[in-house]
Amino acid sequence: MSDVIGYILIIIGILFDIFGCIGLVRFPDVYNRLQASTKCVTLGTIMLLVGVAIISGIGPTASRAIICAVFILITSPTAAHAIAKGAYASGVELWEGTVVDKYAEHVEEGESQA
Amino acid sequence: MLTLFYIGLLVCCFLCLYRIGRGPSAPDRTVAIDILGIVIVGFCALLALETGKDFYLNIAMAWALLSFIGTIALAKFLEGRSFDE
Repeated sequence: MSDVIGYILIIIGILFDIFGCIGLVRFPDVYNRLQASTKCVTLGTIMLLVGVAIISGIGPTASRAIICAVFILITSPTAAHAIAKGAYASGVELWEGTVVDKYAEHVEEGESQA
Repeated sequence: MLTLFYIGLLVCCFLCLYRIGRGPSAPDRTVAIDILGIVIVGFCALLALETGKDFYLNIAMAWALLSFIGTIALAKFLEGRSFDE
């Protein structure tokens, strides 16, 4: 029973990984690519690790897989935030269909107050 | 079954490599490197499941750590700052 649940989790996780990487290739803009790929691949890899932990049962493999999942859950959004800020600061153009740019307004407000 | 899992993750790796090679700007490549690191962590987990050897998960933890530090360093480089700011 736990094998079936684990394999279903692994299959769903790998599908999320593939969809995230397709988004990484297909989207038009750095920020769109970051948004699509980071969230999908984080969720997919965490589901894969949890599936491996469930299949292998209580033991060293499961504990290491859970530690790895928690570590990815903490570090991946941090890295995505840093990349987005760095990309904006290095002057990457937004896609021409972009509707709103709140960060530019925020930066202008900070400059006018200072 | 496991062969299909490996093929799925290899497809992810090749899509990331396409973006690393093709990406028009440096942040595109940084995003793709970050995603490739996370996909390889999943690959190590599948190897640990297939072989039953748990040191592959040690490799996965070290890989996740080094990938995170490298991504932060590249983001700081893109932002044009040094590390002590």
